[in-house]
Amino acid sequence: MPDTVLEVTALQRTFGTVRAVDEVSFALAQGGSLGIVGESGSGKTTTARIIVGLDRPDAGKVLLHGRDRTERARGRAQRLARARQIQMVFQDPYLSLDPRTSVQAALRETLRLHFPDIDHARRIAELLDQVGLGSWAADALPRRLSGGQRQRVAIARALAVEPAVMVLDEAVAALDVSVQAQVLNLLADIREQTGIGYLFITHDLGVVRCVTDDVVVMRHGRIVESGATAEVLAAPRHPYTRLLLDSVPRPGWDPRQIAAARRAL
Amino acid sequence: MTLALTRRPGLARLRAARQPLYLACLGFVLLVVLAALLAPWIAPSDPNAVDLGNVLAGPSAGHLLGADTAGRDTLSRLLIGARTSLIGPLGVVVFSTVAGVAVGAAAAWRGGWLDSVLSRSTELVFAFPGLLLAILIVTVYGEGLLAPVLALAIAYLPYVSRLTRSLVLTERERPYVAAYLVQGHSSVQICLRHVIPNIAPVVLAQSTVNFGYALIDLAGLSYLGLGVPALTPDWGRMVFDGQTAIQRGYPLSAILPCLVIVLTVVAFNVVGERWADQVARRDR
Amino acid sequence: MTRTLDIKSLRLRLPDTARPVLDGVDLHIAAGETVALVGESGSGKTLTSRTVLRLLPKGAETEGEVDVAGENVLAMTPQQLHALRTGRVAMIFQDPRAAINPLRRVGDFLTEGVRLTGTLSEQDATRRAGELLEAVGLSGAVLRHYPGQMSGGMLQRVMIAAALMGDPVLLLADEPTTALDVTSQAEVVALIGELKERFGTGLLFVTHDLGLAAAISDRVYVMYAGRIVETGPAEALFADPRHPYTRALLDASPRLIEPGRRLAAIDGQPPDLRQELTGCPFAPRCRFATGLCTTQAPQPQAAPGAPGHLAACHHSDRLAEGAADA
Repeated sequence: MPDTVLEVTALQRTFGTVRAVDEVSFALAQGGSLGIVGESGSGKTTTARIIVGLDRPDAGKVLLHGRDRTERARGRAQRLARARQIQMVFQDPYLSLDPRTSVQAALRETLRLHFPDIDHARRIAELLDQVGLGSWAADALPRRLSGGQRQRVAIARALAVEPAVMVLDEAVAALDVSVQAQVLNLLADIREQTGIGYLFITHDLGVVRCVTDDVVVMRHGRIVESGATAEVLAAPRHPYTRLLLDSVPRPGWDPRQIAAARRAL
Repeated sequence: MTLALTRRPGLARLRAARQPLYLACLGFVLLVVLAALLAPWIAPSDPNAVDLGNVLAGPSAGHLLGADTAGRDTLSRLLIGARTSLIGPLGVVVFSTVAGVAVGAAAAWRGGWLDSVLSRSTELVFAFPGLLLAILIVTVYGEGLLAPVLALAIAYLPYVSRLTRSLVLTERERPYVAAYLVQGHSSVQICLRHVIPNIAPVVLAQSTVNFGYALIDLAGLSYLGLGVPALTPDWGRMVFDGQTAIQRGYPLSAILPCLVIVLTVVAFNVVGERWADQVARRDR
Repeated sequence: MTRTLDIKSLRLRLPDTARPVLDGVDLHIAAGETVALVGESGSGKTLTSRTVLRLLPKGAETEGEVDVAGENVLAMTPQQLHALRTGRVAMIFQDPRAAINPLRRVGDFLTEGVRLTGTLSEQDATRRAGELLEAVGLSGAVLRHYPGQMSGGMLQRVMIAAALMGDPVLLLADEPTTALDVTSQAEVVALIGELKERFGTGLLFVTHDLGLAAAISDRVYVMYAGRIVETGPAEALFADPRHPYTRALLDASPRLIEPGRRLAAIDGQPPDLRQELTGCPFAPRCRFATGLCTTQAPQPQAAPGAPGHLAACHHSDRLAEGAADA
């Protein structure tokens, strides 16, 4: 049994009267890959924001290597330590980079903050190489890059911190199919090389099938099913998981039946 | 991003400025600035030299734009006066921009009670007529440029702080800010290094427009005899001095400074609006 | 019989581009037929659908013909065009929230078009709007709601109802489900299907999702760099693609492969618009490419025994063999 790197216990978050996240618990194994699947309003994004520290839960804990990181960070040292635990790649590659900052400057800024003493130019070259971008990209501004290239830059920037866990919030949802495949393969390569843990927040069961070991299915803020990805996708036990699976379009697909099933649920 | 510069009603019509008008205005702004910088060298005579033989003279070789009631050379007074007339608004704009951005950014970023306090107090200033405030301060502190500049800077601060506040509120919702937070950067760093530079063009456009307004307000104060000391050449002061000339049927020495004031204000307005438009277009 | 939509050698140029954005697009839709137009971003699929309503970007120059029910849209007068847009052809957009005025009630939004053209009186328009809302599964009470009070799925139904107000012969749906959740996607697709049958409307379904296209349409067009690279019946195209790009799209789609296996990503990127093209646009990324592909643009050729299944590729036959080997 591999060690647990990230553990979330009984998270709760309420916005007004809406329970956005309700008693959510799961664990991510060292070097593992966990998918959180759900539709809009399922609470998956709120869960992700709590885990990375952009939001705080009303109750429950986020533990990394057994240490609590739920409270607000105190001081610079703790802030940096938190950042080295968990990094995040956001959905929209067009908005998650500062439009005024070149690729190189963005990476250097992060390296200066976390590793002031290393050779930054060399590390930047290494990082760009690791995400499959040539040195040509170093001087480019985000608007000169395609969606896939920007997402690679965002991944490089997250890797620069050398985190234990990377949260990917719909990180490939905005990309075209052919580019999405490139980025998913890249992420799989990086996990093999570095042993980093992934938390994939997604609505796309195809992505889950491809890149996760375990999966958690969320609906209305609660976990309705969880288990090994292969098992959950092959033999879903909860009707909602089944509905999600059936909703994926394929030849011979009957949308009417799904619509009926959705109303029945 | 939505852009809403604060404008005074009469000048709002100039918003739809076309390219030639913009270039002409930019040229005029540069010309005025250059004249102010080089005034001591290019002014044909001492602006305060009294030439009683040429009182209210029309344009001639000795006085290209004529002379005023005291026989002082109008061209020289216009050129030297450009310095006082521009340095005042510059002070107003620099102070109101720096303080306004600080107040607006702090209010937007921190939110909560700080936002309420800062927003309410700037609204209080808004409700109080700027000129009245300036007159009040000048009467307390007496003559000199500093008092009216400070007063107008405070009066103009809300224009900048309100704009900054709304811009920062939009900007901080952008995912790149969240990305920097997750990376471990402190809020202050993100705000100074990324958010403010990103909103700067819009704020600077507002400040350029404010420059024109400040110029007109300061000229107004000078006209009332407040602020600028009596002998210092200043456009507003020149209009005041020219009153008697108009009564005597020689309007030139009063009309010329009026014209320069109006042209400069319009030029700054057009240039500022144009810059704001360009930023808006780039963002789309 | 007149086709509902017949696009013939459509070529569209934009200022500051080195090559036409649309380059010889041929596409037709028979009455009541559902046709999917598939492509990635920048392929020209959205532009193609917008050309049908002549909603063109500034400075666009067009060649060729776009016939709706036998009339060339590109040659219409402004009045004819206005009648076309408010009546025979309707469009459903990707983001319903962006396409609806948030400050007007849903009822105003629905009836505005027909009231302005004078086709229906206000009373009749409101009655029809109520009927259509019920047809899309919403209650008539929605007429008094504001867009902000409704979910994305509900709003997309409103958009569909609005599209049907003018009794169109052709419905253009540009990624109508991309902004929706998967389960609402199924519902909206089911709805569009039902209404299309009931009202006999032709449908052009623009999407980036090959799986969705194959699932709902009679025929599929695959677009790449402004050209139609393959077209055919949905099942044939899915089971036996004849263009390497279609094949690659299928292989790169994560939902269709075994768990844990690497995806067959397509290397490289689509050609830039500032770059002129000689030969086949897909050649630089194609594993079947030969010297011929970089010099000579392939013309659409029918598959043996299937005249409706065309692919613009010099090596369609090798592709079929390759698939058989694997």
